[in-house]
Formats: sequence, C-alpha cells, structure tokens
Amino acid sequence: MVIGQSTVLAAAFPPSVEDFYLPSILPWGAHDNYWFTKVTLLVWVAVAAIIIFFLWAYRKPQLVPTKKQWMAESAYGFVRNNIAVDMIGPAGVRFAPYLTTLFLFVLVNNFFGIVPLIQMSPMSHIAFPAVLAVISYVMFIWVGMRHHGPLKYFKHALIPPAPWFILPLLIPIEFFSNFLVRPFSLAVRLFANMFAGHMLLLVFTLGGFAMLNANVLLAPVSVLSWVLTIALTLLEFLVICLQAYVFTVLTASYVQGSLADEH
Amino acid sequence: MINLYLAAEEGATEHNPIIPIWQEIVVGSVAFAVLCFVLIKFVFPQMEKTFRARVEAIEGGIKRAEAAQAEANELLEQYRTQLAEARTEAARIRDEARADAEGIRQDVLGKAREESDRIIAAGNEQLAAQRESIVRDLRAEVGTLAVDLASKIVGEALADEARTRGTVERFIADLDTTATGRR
Repeated sequence: MVIGQSTVLAAAFPPSVEDFYLPSILPWGAHDNYWFTKVTLLVWVAVAAIIIFFLWAYRKPQLVPTKKQWMAESAYGFVRNNIAVDMIGPAGVRFAPYLTTLFLFVLVNNFFGIVPLIQMSPMSHIAFPAVLAVISYVMFIWVGMRHHGPLKYFKHALIPPAPWFILPLLIPIEFFSNFLVRPFSLAVRLFANMFAGHMLLLVFTLGGFAMLNANVLLAPVSVLSWVLTIALTLLEFLVICLQAYVFTVLTASYVQGSLADEH
Repeated sequence: MINLYLAAEEGATEHNPIIPIWQEIVVGSVAFAVLCFVLIKFVFPQMEKTFRARVEAIEGGIKRAEAAQAEANELLEQYRTQLAEARTEAARIRDEARADAEGIRQDVLGKAREESDRIIAAGNEQLAAQRESIVRDLRAEVGTLAVDLASKIVGEALADEARTRGTVERFIADLDTTATGRR
C-alpha cells in the first residue's frame, strides 16, 4: 500500500470487473461485505441530496417562483409535461411524481460516474437498475390490470389484432417481448451503459499510466490518452442524461401501452 | 506484472457483473422507497398545488382584465350616448333660440310697424284737424270778406265793368295777402 499511486493504477491495467467491486467501508476493507460500500454510500448520498434539495427549494412555494423554486419546478415540470403527459396523455399527470422521482434517482446516481474523485456510478452495479426495472415492470402490469381488469388486460397485451392462423406465432412473441424481455432490457441497458462508461474512463486513464510506466518516451501518448479521458467524460455526461431520460420514457411508454385501448 | 494480470483475471471470476448482489438490492430498494415516499408525499403534490394556484391566478387575472375591459366599453358607450344626447340637446336649444330670435324680431318689427302706423295715423289726424280748423276759419273769414266785399261793391255802386273787374281783382289779391298773412 506504500507504493505510489501510479504504480498501483498501472499494475491494475487492463481494468477488470473487479474494479467495480471496491472493498467495503464498514467493516473497513472487507471484500465480501456489501452493506456499506462506496456504491451503497453513494446511493444514500444521492437520495439525501435530492430530498434535501427539494425540501429546501420547496419549503415556501410562491406563485412567482424564486430561482431555487424554479429549478425544482422545472425538473418536475420537464418530466411531467415532456414525458408523462406527452407519452401517456392527460392521464399521465397521475404518474408524473413517480416518473420524476425515477428520473432524478437515475440521473443523480448516473452523475456520480463523472464527478471528479467519486467517478463511480451505483448504476454500474446491476442491482440498482434491476430494482428500478422490476418496479416499472410491476407497475405497468398493475396499471393495465387495474384499467382493463386482469383477464382483459392479458388478452389485450398478448393477442394482437391479427388473423387467427398467425396468432399461435404472435402470442409467444408478444409474451416474450412484453413480459420477459422488458424488465431485462430496461435494467441491462442502464447498467451496461454506466458499466461501459466507467470501463472506458478506466481504460483511458489507466492506459496513460501503463504507457508511461512502460516507456517514458510514450509520455505524449499518455497525455493524449488523458485528454481523451476528459473528452470521454463529456460524452459520458451525455450518456448519463440520455440513459436517465430513456429509462423514464420507456417506463412511461410501457404504462401508456397498458392504458391504451387499442394496439 | 504477469502475476498481477493473472490475479486480476482470477478476481474476475469472483464477481459476475450481471448477477445482482442481494445486499445492494435491499439497499437500493430501501433508498429508492425513501426517496419516493418523501418526494411523492411532500414535494410533488405541493408543486401541483402551486401550478394550479398559478393557473388560477393567471386565469383570474385574465377574467378581471376582461371584466374591466367590458366595464370600460360600457362606460364608453354610455359616454357616447350621453354625448349624442347632449349634441341633439344643443341643436334643439340652438333651433329654439333661433326660433325665439325670429319671433322676437317679428315682434319688434310688428311693434315698430304698429308704432309707425300709429304715428302716421296721429299725423294724419292732426293734419285733418288742422285742415278742419283752417277750413272753419277760412269759412268764417270768407263770410266776413264776402260781407266786406259786398259792402264795398254796394258802396262804390258798381261804376263800370272795368272798375268792377278792378275791385274783384283787388279783392282776390287782398284775399291772397290775408290768407298768406294769416299763415
């Protein structure tokens, strides 16, 4: 542990899956204890930050908003009007609070991936996207069953308006795409994006150190690699916002599909 | 170096990134549940309320503005009718005044005419009276003159035609002078 940082980092090149599983904080340094790690700590920090910001910004709401109130309102208004109402229609206002919470949770947790010195997104651990995906999954089925009645909902979701002879082919496909793939695709899309983003940053950062350690003459290439890290961080920022948006939009779209009367 | 790589590769088999860690599932669920509870229970309903209040404030403002506009229009209409009324009133008054003036003029004219007629009539009357008195005087004088003349004629015993003619002429001349002298 006394060896210089760069040597340690260079030694860890190429980065591996293990780089995502940091030792636990409490108890310190344990490798098989996951209750209190950097990742779980960050999830709590995200939750606390969002709660504190919104309670603070919306302590005394006014008709003419202050700046912080306006910021809080635009976050909610964006999801409410541009996702919930746009996707689901007027009935979407009902889902706006959950969708906004979902969006903010994913966004802030994703964002840890590029915050200097933190640079680790909890969403790169599949457990967290999986929880969110399962909630979305249960929600859209529940909403559909409430809206149409259980039997009618499954009939509606599984039997497309098609000639009878093609139905034996279509029903399994519908079942597969609507009830098996959806939660996985939701969870894996988010997880893989954050995982890959972190991996990319690791490759370019550690790659710089690795080249520098291998040969001092490669220093310019190392610098190039680090510059690319910065560029990739900006790209990562785009991915972070996009994935939070996509997750929310897809959830809204599934709910819309459950509420729709026609195919 | 190679050992470290190998170690890393061995480590890779330890964790499968696609298998969720159940402790993290628990933590994630609880954390997200807490977030959902606070935001959905305390923050977003408040926001909806504010949005509604804002909409109402704006709509109320529009309604108030519309009411004010309507009131203003009504007032304008009222003023216009009042103005029109005042105009017709003024025209009426002007017409009346004109009619009055005409009447007064006619009146004055009639009076003046009457007055002049009266004056003329008075003059005529006076003239007639004077003439009457003159005629009366003349008549009396002519009587005396005739008596005078007759006495003279009788006194001079009518000598000849020429003298007679001369007497008469003198008489008339005398008459003339007395008439003019009387005047």
